[in-house]
Amino acid sequence: MKFVDEFRDRQNAEALVAEIARLAASIGITRTRPLQIMEVCGGHTHSIFRYGIEGMLPASVELVHGPGCPVCVLPMGRIDDCVSIAERPGVIVTTFGDAMRVPGSRKSLLQARAEGADIRMVYSPMDALELARKNPSREVVFFAIGFETTMPATALTVLQAEADGIANFSVFCNHITIVPTIKAILDSPDLQLDGFLGPGHVSMVVGTTPYEFVSQFYRKPLVVAGFEPLDVLLSIVMVLRQIKEGRAEVENQYSRIVPDEGNAAALRAVAQVYELREFFEWRGLGSIDHSGIRFREAYARFDAERRFTVPNAKIADPKSCQCGEVLKGVLKPWQCKVFGSACTPEAPLGALMVSSEGACAAYYQYGGRRGQDAA
Amino acid sequence: MNMDRVIRRRPRGKVHVPTVTLAHGGGGKAMKDLVDDVFISAFNNPLLDTMEDQARLPLDGLATRGDRLAFTTDSYVVDPLIFPGGDIGKLAVCGTINDLAVGGAIPLHLSCAVIVEEGVTIELLRRIAQSVAQTAAKAGVQIVTGDTKVVQRGACDKLFITTTGLGVIPPGIDLAIGSAQVGDEVLVNGVLGDHGAAILVARGDMVLDTPIESDCAPLHELIAALLAAAPGTRFIRDATRGGVATVLNEIAGASGVAIEIDERATPIRDEVKGFCEILGLDPLYLANEGKVVIIVPARERDAALLAMQEHPLGRGAVRIGRVLEGEAGRVTMRTAIGGRRIVDMLVGEQLPRIC
Repeated sequence: MKFVDEFRDRQNAEALVAEIARLAASIGITRTRPLQIMEVCGGHTHSIFRYGIEGMLPASVELVHGPGCPVCVLPMGRIDDCVSIAERPGVIVTTFGDAMRVPGSRKSLLQARAEGADIRMVYSPMDALELARKNPSREVVFFAIGFETTMPATALTVLQAEADGIANFSVFCNHITIVPTIKAILDSPDLQLDGFLGPGHVSMVVGTTPYEFVSQFYRKPLVVAGFEPLDVLLSIVMVLRQIKEGRAEVENQYSRIVPDEGNAAALRAVAQVYELREFFEWRGLGSIDHSGIRFREAYARFDAERRFTVPNAKIADPKSCQCGEVLKGVLKPWQCKVFGSACTPEAPLGALMVSSEGACAAYYQYGGRRGQDAA
Repeated sequence: MNMDRVIRRRPRGKVHVPTVTLAHGGGGKAMKDLVDDVFISAFNNPLLDTMEDQARLPLDGLATRGDRLAFTTDSYVVDPLIFPGGDIGKLAVCGTINDLAVGGAIPLHLSCAVIVEEGVTIELLRRIAQSVAQTAAKAGVQIVTGDTKVVQRGACDKLFITTTGLGVIPPGIDLAIGSAQVGDEVLVNGVLGDHGAAILVARGDMVLDTPIESDCAPLHELIAALLAAAPGTRFIRDATRGGVATVLNEIAGASGVAIEIDERATPIRDEVKGFCEILGLDPLYLANEGKVVIIVPARERDAALLAMQEHPLGRGAVRIGRVLEGEAGRVTMRTAIGGRRIVDMLVGEQLPRIC
């Protein structure tokens, strides 16, 4: 099996699409509006656009793009903080790719680099630690982003730094947690979702039990989905089957990667190094309780926010920016007033246009302009 | 003037130090030694050996082979200088030959201007010069004039090369980017993305079991065979920076047509596919240095493919799509599962995925 080819088989895809149409039609008899399924995770948004899945679905099934893109929800103030760290002499800031393009209130990390700041792209926090090891006279800071997917790698790197006695390494921590995100969506009065495609790689770490509140209290089906196009299509089938049969359960379509109980070793490492923040600021969604993590006191010396003084300013989004509504799924990307005009990938106003997993960037790149579908 | 007398009289200089210094760019004896020892001896042809300030090319010779001059220039700044499948020298020759060849020109002469950072080893410079010489000789092209500059440390990144190419276009060949028409077919001469992937791997970020090699190659003979078999070919372009996706957008825009390609038909090596999957890169946007996009009228498609497949650099030639009715300038792709998406121009650089 090559994985890459088998999960992209056209005949199987067409069979799944036919099943979706059949289920939607039989559910649709009792409904006046399309079925709305939200994919929480930015990786699913990317997959949906990259394979043209939305265009293959019947009009009675609508995909709503959720806020599960950790780059997209970074408030501008946090970018400014990172830029200020990077502009200090002797500091090397390391980060994953997309984060470099997110605009701060004055500039992005990419612009800061063009102006002389030492900012380097890494594939893993361990690369950043290696850099610290090789450059003992420089301060190396890792800009940590991501949901629970990337938290274990950061935590394990900090534990490694502690074990090896590395003194010039710290982390600017912007990790966020998925459950408050989903809860904020469910509590939002603007939305009337019928089901969820649950995050794939976050679930690899946390398992499927954290989502039970969705089915038990909010009575909505949630299917943890893989990222290949057949994974996404099958997960939609599973959500529709639950709706048709009047069930609301958490199901695991991505069981080849996601253990129901999660990854205990990863969770232990995270719990050792981190604790929950009381609240954390999200771009477009405002402040969400218990949605971010910070270093425990025992690891304070690895916390870049305590090592360096940062402006820590709350910067409001530009007035014309409607990222918040698109993030919640209230607006489709092309319905934003500035989509494709004042806000484009070349000159983004908001983070949703920057990250390859942001709904706006995905739609702009793969799906056309001004509401015209590629199909 | 007796050229033999001139050449015999001038003794060749030799370099006596291991690294390039600013003196080597100063115009004096050290520079003469460097130019003679590293470049002239490698390139070695009568036009160059006259050591005039310019190469002199008889016009009547050119006019027997074509009715237009083709003239192009390119600078090469690739990092690392040496990578699997080639080096900056080979690239500098192939890239400029290909820029001539895609216009239907017979490539004849190249210039080679080099900017070297002080501190580069003579051994490295010699290796690159040999590579330029060998690539040009194999392609039947001469380096007839050049320039050498040395800059201080930090003023350039080791080595930059600029090559300018001169060729002639035989009468009757009129390839134009604006000439694609509805119904035309889109072809490529082989697997896509090798060079871009090879460079990323060579930069050391990812350690792979199977090394990916650049496809760097001169395509003028392949293209000559193609044009002989398919004289109605509309347009050819090499898919360098920005990859095949960028070239398709350029063609669609210039011709005012829509183009659709089929994901299942785009040929990509398994190793490159796997590499791109891990990093979240799209191989359609990776650079190629031995691949061209060809637009042909439908009736000449089979002849074009057969002619390319006969040639070592075209064995993997396939049809990847067509020109169709639709929004002018729009390029779309029928995805592996049967959906449809837009293939847009790249914005900025491709950056690897986070999670």
